[in-house]
Amino acid sequence: MSYQARFRVWRGDEAGGELTDYEVEVNEGEVVLDIVHRLQATQTPDLAVRWNCKAGKCGSCSAEVNGRPRLMCMTRMSTFSPEETVTITPMRTFPVIKDLVTDVSFNYEKAREIPSFQPPEGVAAGEYRMAQEDVQRSQEFRKCIECFLCQNTCHVVRDHEENKAAFAGPRFLMRQAELEMHPLDARKRRAEEAQEEHGLGYCNITKCCTEVCPEHIHITDNALIPLKERAVDRKYDPLVWLGSKIRRRTG
Amino acid sequence: MTEAERHTYDVVVIGAGGAGLRAAIEARAHGMRTAIICKSLFGKAHTVMAEGGIAASMGNVNSNDNWQVHFRDTMRGGKFLNHFRMAELHAREAPDRVWELETWGALFDRTKDGRISQRNFGGHEYPRLAHVGDRTGLELIRTLQQQVVALQQQDEREFGDPEARIKVFAEHTVTRILKDGSRVAGVFGYARETGRFFTIEAPAVVLATGGIGKSFKVTSNSWEYTGDGHALALLAGAPLMNMEFVQFHPTGMVWPPSVKGILVTESVRGDGGVLRNSEGDRFMFKYIPDVFKSQYAQGPDEADRWYADPDNNRRPPELLPRDEVARAINNEVKEGRGSPHGGVFLDVSTRMPAEEIKRRLPSMHHQFLELADVDITAEPMEVGPTCHYVMGGVAVDPDTAQAEDVPGLYAAGEVAGGMHGSNRLGGNSLSDLLVFGRRAGLHAAEYAGGIGADRPVVGQQAVDAAAEEALRPFGLAEMVEPDGPPEGGGPPENPYTLHTELQQTMNDLVGIIRREPEMREALQRLARLRARAKQAVVEGHRQFNPGWHLALDLRNMLLVSECVARAALTRTESRGGHTRDDFPTMDREWRRKLLICRLAAGAETAEVTPRPNPAMRRDLMELFDAEELQKYLTDEELQHYSSEDAEGQE
Ligand SMILES: Cc1cc2nc3c(=O)[nH]c(=O)nc-3n(C[C@H](O)[C@H](O)[C@H](O)COP(=O)(O)OP(=O)(O)OC[C@H]3O[C@@H](n4cnc5c(N)ncnc54)[C@H](O)[C@@H]3O)c2cc1C
Ligand code: SF4
Ligand code: SF4
Ligand code: FES
Repeated sequence: MSYQARFRVWRGDEAGGELTDYEVEVNEGEVVLDIVHRLQATQTPDLAVRWNCKAGKCGSCSAEVNGRPRLMCMTRMSTFSPEETVTITPMRTFPVIKDLVTDVSFNYEKAREIPSFQPPEGVAAGEYRMAQEDVQRSQEFRKCIECFLCQNTCHVVRDHEENKAAFAGPRFLMRQAELEMHPLDARKRRAEEAQEEHGLGYCNITKCCTEVCPEHIHITDNALIPLKERAVDRKYDPLVWLGSKIRRRTG
Repeated sequence: MTEAERHTYDVVVIGAGGAGLRAAIEARAHGMRTAIICKSLFGKAHTVMAEGGIAASMGNVNSNDNWQVHFRDTMRGGKFLNHFRMAELHAREAPDRVWELETWGALFDRTKDGRISQRNFGGHEYPRLAHVGDRTGLELIRTLQQQVVALQQQDEREFGDPEARIKVFAEHTVTRILKDGSRVAGVFGYARETGRFFTIEAPAVVLATGGIGKSFKVTSNSWEYTGDGHALALLAGAPLMNMEFVQFHPTGMVWPPSVKGILVTESVRGDGGVLRNSEGDRFMFKYIPDVFKSQYAQGPDEADRWYADPDNNRRPPELLPRDEVARAINNEVKEGRGSPHGGVFLDVSTRMPAEEIKRRLPSMHHQFLELADVDITAEPMEVGPTCHYVMGGVAVDPDTAQAEDVPGLYAAGEVAGGMHGSNRLGGNSLSDLLVFGRRAGLHAAEYAGGIGADRPVVGQQAVDAAAEEALRPFGLAEMVEPDGPPEGGGPPENPYTLHTELQQTMNDLVGIIRREPEMREALQRLARLRARAKQAVVEGHRQFNPGWHLALDLRNMLLVSECVARAALTRTESRGGHTRDDFPTMDREWRRKLLICRLAAGAETAEVTPRPNPAMRRDLMELFDAEELQKYLTDEELQHYSSEDAEGQE
């Protein structure tokens, strides 16, 4: 079941680089990350790549395989024909450090701009009570493994360096939605904040982020659109805002 | 003189997993300027992979649970070799540590009345594991990560600098603990991205580096698990203990080969999954050892009733502690009743509706579908043992997490030894991380805070030596290129090849079932590998160079593997995560002894010496009945406890 596959891997650093051709063995059941590891072990030991879990749980091995943003550890070789050349390039939206490794510090900066969970006053540790159906919505967003593929894909910042300062990106707008829907978060006006400070308005709900999410989180439908609706509703009607907070509490 | 970026902090935490982050949060809460160092990006540490849950006797599902029951289960799981004080602190403090996570934003699955839901797991008497589906580790690490961010936002408001009091040095690797006399003075390492060296001067260093699984071929562990913290401690003069105890998780994937070893969470069994051999037989009933006979169901009917009515039935033997299940699977395969790819069958598809499987075990469903073309709602999985966890680690003071013999050095989490004895129960690691991570951070902070003007200093000589060691693989490359073998002899070696050979050696010769001649053979091979590792050469430059990183990790893996092999050879009994074919039974005399590994200054391999296991406090002993104690304690010990005036003699 083994065959020799043709691979093209982007090699280089911030100063520039190019696609380099390799021929490498592929065995049954392997994923793209296995092939990258085989290249390291047998042909080019200094090929830089990030990975940890090799099971789609840590979000380290993001790259673009034949131009599609993917986790390398979850991309089966059986999805390509043996004749096909497989091209691996680093995520395009972030500056390259070396080979397949990019500088993702943009995401960590954005993470820091989203106000943290604000615990409810007067509720002691151990006294938190929440219903499963109320935590479920935020739990969907907490499945995020921070692979940053959505951040890489969103057209607002892909090839638009100038938007990066004002736009938190789908992952971190979703973080606002997560906290907004957290049954016990005490911070108010998260949706408006997302709109006014984190660039929610740039999002025109194209759903490209949702399509690449390896966790199959409905980023656009379940996080971004509801967040937009809340921002709009409450802007015009303070009672809606009050009501939504109160309704969410009694769960 | 070496060029190295220099920093000064009060407390340095090596590791950004559950233990490291909890330690750092605590140290920072006590006013210490704290640095966190980790090899991967922030949020990617091994803890992220934990699936099943975190054990804490909150009693939300069964109100009979309390810390005493949890303590008892932990000691039984570890075959009474655990440090009783660690097991006690762990059982007492775990609930508070879990509840605290909620105040930082964690969202666990809920019970009907809105509390944190708890699930069954191997060796735990009651449903005890707080969880979020099967991605509990992700929730834990994200919550702690977000709490670090919350602290940084506080600093931003207060000082205009988010990193004023807590900073993460992500993708930095520590290669040496630096000392000033006998005391810790800081750390030395390199930034992975640039290859540049750095030192951080600090009076207190917390090791929270996780485990050693990457020394084995079939493992659930990632590249990070090269035993760095274990090796750093040894090299700094601190002893390790219990290194012979390595946990092989009974259920890793076995097919296809590229995913062999990846974990299949124990929740599959906790939620009702059963193990069968190729003859369709639910074989675990044959493997209930005497010490557990009274606690486990003797047949499938009782076992199946237990899920709905645990008070009147005994639990299924699929939920025995991991060492028992792993050995049973090993034996079924050896005797020819294995699955096509050398494992056994683990089945949930006939046990619950497809929708429920998808809800309870979403990431297992996803993992098998994507990686093995197996739909676990319709067919059984194939599973077999995989190297998962090391019980052995740095010998620490139970209350303060301070490493023995090296003032200023602390250890918590998987890198610390003692807590789990000879075998860890599932779910007890995540709680261990929080309980002892907090304690390590607290005591490191107190130590650093109390040091005043007498701060240890990092000497230039030590920095130069550490830099030279780290650059050796490049130096060799230059030496070999023009005229043949470098000084010291031997051809240049590929670090990847050496690593593969090391993994094969440990897997085959010091694996799940051990024999004296094989372990002797392993030690010889390790010695040869050690010599060859000195000839490891790397290509390219220092910037993000995995070949170089691996060449440096080899030192640690070899050192730790030797400890495992030597300790395993020394312990002539079978207990928990140490099974000897030539000494197949548990020996009560051996329970009284712990094996300690030390590295003398300048020596290349560690020495293993026994020392007495501290005797359990009387009030804790009284939590067990005499009949059970007889299985573990020597007659002499039993007499000691039954005599009236023994109180206070320890
Ligand atoms: C697949 C899987 C599932 C598991 N499921 C469960 C479960 O359900 N329940 C449970 O209780 N336990 C579980 N465990 C065990 C548990 O996850 C681990 O034991 C635990 O997460 C270890 O945490 P830690 O904080 O000690 O180390 P880690 O989370 O591994 O963190 C180690 C940190 O140290 C850093 N580090 C290491 N060496 C260096 C160095 N030289 N320089 C700088 N930084 C360094 C690493 O980069 C990393 O940040 C599971 C383990 C695995 C592998
Ligand atoms: S839906 Fe919004 S956030 Fe997502 S890719 Fe489109 S514009 Fe970007
Ligand atoms: S939302 Fe999905 S795509 Fe975006 S970072 Fe999280 S896991 Fe990755
Ligand atoms: S290596 Fe963890 S997601 Fe791919």
